[in-house]
Amino acid sequence: MTSTIVLEQVSKSFGKKTVLNNININVDAGQIFGLIGPSGSGKTTLVKIIVGMDHPSAGQVQVLHTQVPNLGLLQSIGYMAQADALYNDLTGKENLAFFASLYKLNKESQKKRIAYAADLVELTPHLTKKVQNYSGGMKRRLSLAIALIHDPPILILDEPTVGIDPELRKSIWEEINRLKNNGKTILITTHVMDEAEKCDQLAMVRDGEIISNGSPKDLKNHYNINSLEEVFLKAGGKKHENNRIS
Amino acid sequence: MRTIALVKRVCIQMVRDKRTLALMMVAPLVILTLLHFLLSSDTTTPKLGVNGVEESLINELKEKEIEIIQYDQLKNPDQLIKDENLDAILQLEGDQIDLTITNDDPSKAKVLQTKVLQAISTVNASEQATNLANLVEDIGRQLPNTPIYLPQAKVPEFNTSYIYGSSDTTFFDQLSPILVGFFVFFFVFLISGIGLLRERTTGTLDRLMATPIQRRDIVFGYLIGYGFFAIIQTIIVVFYATKILDIMLVGSLWNVILINLSLALVALLLGILLSAFANSEFQMMQFIPIAIIPQVFFAGILPFEGMPEWMQLVAKCMPMYYGGNALVDVMYKGLGLSDIKNELFVLLGFALVFIVLNILALKKYRKI
Repeated sequence: MTSTIVLEQVSKSFGKKTVLNNININVDAGQIFGLIGPSGSGKTTLVKIIVGMDHPSAGQVQVLHTQVPNLGLLQSIGYMAQADALYNDLTGKENLAFFASLYKLNKESQKKRIAYAADLVELTPHLTKKVQNYSGGMKRRLSLAIALIHDPPILILDEPTVGIDPELRKSIWEEINRLKNNGKTILITTHVMDEAEKCDQLAMVRDGEIISNGSPKDLKNHYNINSLEEVFLKAGGKKHENNRIS
Repeated sequence: MRTIALVKRVCIQMVRDKRTLALMMVAPLVILTLLHFLLSSDTTTPKLGVNGVEESLINELKEKEIEIIQYDQLKNPDQLIKDENLDAILQLEGDQIDLTITNDDPSKAKVLQTKVLQAISTVNASEQATNLANLVEDIGRQLPNTPIYLPQAKVPEFNTSYIYGSSDTTFFDQLSPILVGFFVFFFVFLISGIGLLRERTTGTLDRLMATPIQRRDIVFGYLIGYGFFAIIQTIIVVFYATKILDIMLVGSLWNVILINLSLALVALLLGILLSAFANSEFQMMQFIPIAIIPQVFFAGILPFEGMPEWMQLVAKCMPMYYGGNALVDVMYKGLGLSDIKNELFVLLGFALVFIVLNILALKKYRKI
């Protein structure tokens, strides 16, 4: 399998504060790769570095065998930010159309993709409403639809299911799986452990370091525990013990 | 094409935001109207109390649009001025002339003082002329058969002509070109700055950077989108000022619009540039006293020649200095395009520099 996202010894510090320390990640094509970790662990910074919005202090990032940052590469990445970055005074459809034209979709495919993405996140009946009248969950779903609008081979989703009800969450995960089966590479961050189970590969992030990685099954076997949550606590705890020793 | 998408979006947002649109279009008109009536109303005639003044002087004073109140005797002029709400009191005793001025408004006091002095000297001159004529006549009677040549000892005729403006020119006429330019500058600055700031604070600018849009596309998208509204605003303000308020416009209306559009362009770019250094609308407001208000001082309201050298250097860094000068040149002095082209080039230079700085400032969001 070919790797679509490769991070080599990526570090990032703001001033004296080290946010990411020596991160190595290898995401294979057609995989769902999960980054799990508590808030403040550096997930979002990592994601931004992969997209090219942030610059690593050290190390290298390659997406689709191209050095990041690269403007053309962004055409192949669908990005969903952690905070909903939407134009509240525009309607859902106008938001989608705006981003679609930023990806230079022509009129016809714009129409098709807007219909597809809206349908996927069940927003079709609300498309003509202004976003300021949307609920939190609806905004999340619109953000996801925007990430999908240009049919990118790589999806980078920063906590996509926060604030979404369980039923919709299930349907979103079904769609994520469907996208994966279409050969798309999906990188997802979450702090919900049961979502981590659904990933093919996992990397546990804590204090800017990857404390453990592998498939959910590998991780559980490695620590001989049944739930990922306990893996996380154990792996994290181990690191802290190490710290104490050193 | 990405720029067009951005322009379209900015326009939709702007049209939906009725209040901001109203502020941009109507507020400059309201302020201009207020100032027009405040500054051009020159209706108050000064009140002058007089004591022991001859009829001829009183007539001369009345001709100078001064209201005269005669008093037979004056004990305490200071108190009288306050009680009767006079602007000044003129007392004549023999050769001594006493003028007491309230001086609550120094500029008015100066005008009144000048008028009184003029009246007195006019009356004196004509009195002397009469005296001289009488003297000559006397001598003539005593020395008959001797022709006496008397040069005309009349008061000389005094004519004032103006190169710019006329005797009816008010302070507002000179100020209004600068004000028109300044309001265009100020409101365009405010709205474009806060427009991009909102994009920064809501995270949509960050989100834009995750699309293949180029930094210059964003700058030009905003420039064209807000520029469109700035053009409409400029045209409304200029037409309102010249056609409805009837502000003096000697030169071409098109030159006025051209100068204002250049100013709007600079203001727009300055607004979005400074929004990069503000984290909230409140911080954006803090730029007004720093970056905007000083511009008025250097726009031509205060005389440039009187400034110390280093202040003149400061003035030359201010876009409004060039805009204000060019506007006064066209609206008040009636100069043509060839006389203001240097100012226009400097303004375009500012715009160019700000465009480059804006594109660089967006590096904060994405390195490429």
